[in-house]
Amino acid sequence: MAYSEKVLDHYENPRNVGSFAKDEAGLGTGMVGAPACGDVMRLQIKVNKDGVIEDAKFKTYGCGSAIASSSLVTEWVKGKTVNQALQIKNTQIAEELALPPVKIHCSILAEDAIKAAVADYKSKHGEMVDTAACKGSI
Amino acid sequence: MQPVTKLKLPIYMDSSATTPVDPRVASVMIPFLTEKFGNPASRSHAFGWEADKAVELAREQVAALVNADPKEIVWTSGATESNNLAIKGAAHFYQGKGKHIITMRIEHKAVLDTVRELEREGFSATYLDPEPNGLLDLDKFKAALRPDTVLVSVMLVNNEIGVIQDIAAIGEICRDKGILFHVDAAQATGKVAIDLQQLKVDMMSFSAHKTYGPKGIGALYVRRKPRVRLEAQMHGGGHERGMRSGTLPTHQIVGMGEAFRIAKEEMAQENERIRMLRDRLLNGLTSMEEVHVNGDMEQRVPHNLNLSFNFVEGESLIMAIKDVAVSSGSACTSASLEPSYVLRALGRSDELAHSSIRFSIGRFTTVEEVDYVIDLLKNKIGKLRELSPLWDMYKEGVDLNTVQWAAH
Repeated sequence: MAYSEKVLDHYENPRNVGSFAKDEAGLGTGMVGAPACGDVMRLQIKVNKDGVIEDAKFKTYGCGSAIASSSLVTEWVKGKTVNQALQIKNTQIAEELALPPVKIHCSILAEDAIKAAVADYKSKHGEMVDTAACKGSI
Repeated sequence: MQPVTKLKLPIYMDSSATTPVDPRVASVMIPFLTEKFGNPASRSHAFGWEADKAVELAREQVAALVNADPKEIVWTSGATESNNLAIKGAAHFYQGKGKHIITMRIEHKAVLDTVRELEREGFSATYLDPEPNGLLDLDKFKAALRPDTVLVSVMLVNNEIGVIQDIAAIGEICRDKGILFHVDAAQATGKVAIDLQQLKVDMMSFSAHKTYGPKGIGALYVRRKPRVRLEAQMHGGGHERGMRSGTLPTHQIVGMGEAFRIAKEEMAQENERIRMLRDRLLNGLTSMEEVHVNGDMEQRVPHNLNLSFNFVEGESLIMAIKDVAVSSGSACTSASLEPSYVLRALGRSDELAHSSIRFSIGRFTTVEEVDYVIDLLKNKIGKLRELSPLWDMYKEGVDLNTVQWAAH
């Protein structure tokens, strides 16, 4: 299948790959998807004391569109407050990457990853929130 | 000796999907498109006689590869049509004897979907699971036989994992019980020796384009002694003894004949060269951690290597090696997100099925190409594993089966 330029760019030069040291302050980690479905995303956010996401990292097992979607959201969440990050919608991700219909689930997964990371951050830092439906837990 | 060639990209390693027409085959086909264009069914002039002679020579060449009588070869448009004609044709003709069909879960869709169609017509069917190595357990097969079993269809060589079923033993069991036996041999010609004088096979499907012949032509072997009868699926001028009407495509048939002639002559030598290349590829790639072979390595054609690269998703790997043409068992492109039904039938976990790549080596594959693919794969798999949270967890000693994943 043909991929858009933007998917190829993120796939070939993924942004913000990796993970934070476990003891860093202000971390929120979301893991969504399942190996059986062919994609798993892990998104980590590092939030400063003003509630702003100052850094984000990801690792993804999945197709090129899944890798590109998660790479893109690490760029988008940076500089946003956690609540602003929750406003990112899968349709915006799909549009930015020009995902074909069979790949829309990748953008949904990326949106879920943001929700899961924020929920994890909030639960660790004393705020109650709804947990994301697709969150994988260890 | 391997000829020294300059590496040209992209590299083709998908010979189980199709093969190029051998230049020797193409050259014998061309005159039958332009000068020798007669209709082989034209009995009244030299144009027809010339075409008919070429068709009959090709029939002998196809029959010779599988040690059959040329009169037992029926031309079709390919293995899909041959499978349809054999299964529907025999089931319909013999339905008075019984309406139960046995096949395997790892058959090609051309068999599975045809059997499904017969189920819709009122036949019943049993789809046998293979063992984890891809082979059919003969005791389980015997246990599945019923008094009303009329037809069994088992492929000789599997298209995804290349395993070779014990057709000789299955044939003996079927003949003993008076059950018709059809074999899809589309992936087998030129790769394994086939002797239809020895094998108790009643019908066998062939394709030209998997064996360096043209696309759009195939054949069905229909045994004469004991005689097998079929209900035609294509009606018309009564060509091919009434079993398959339609003007014969002389150039395609000539191409299939020449391709099978070459296969008979060269397969022993060619298979050794291809096995050497396949083993080189296997050794090169399995030097990495967590690389699993799918399907039995002994009962297997030398051309096929199906590997699962654990913790790397197949489609992203195909994207990473875009200069190499291979197939993936991952079905991330399909809406269902279901990985290969063949690998699942072997009992492979979904993630291993999603992580699988089929390499199929052919007549024109070189050592240089194999070495290039090994280096490329090692590099890209390393990179994708760095990107994979599953690889991280594996390295941390987390058992992925104990993780509660939310299916989506």
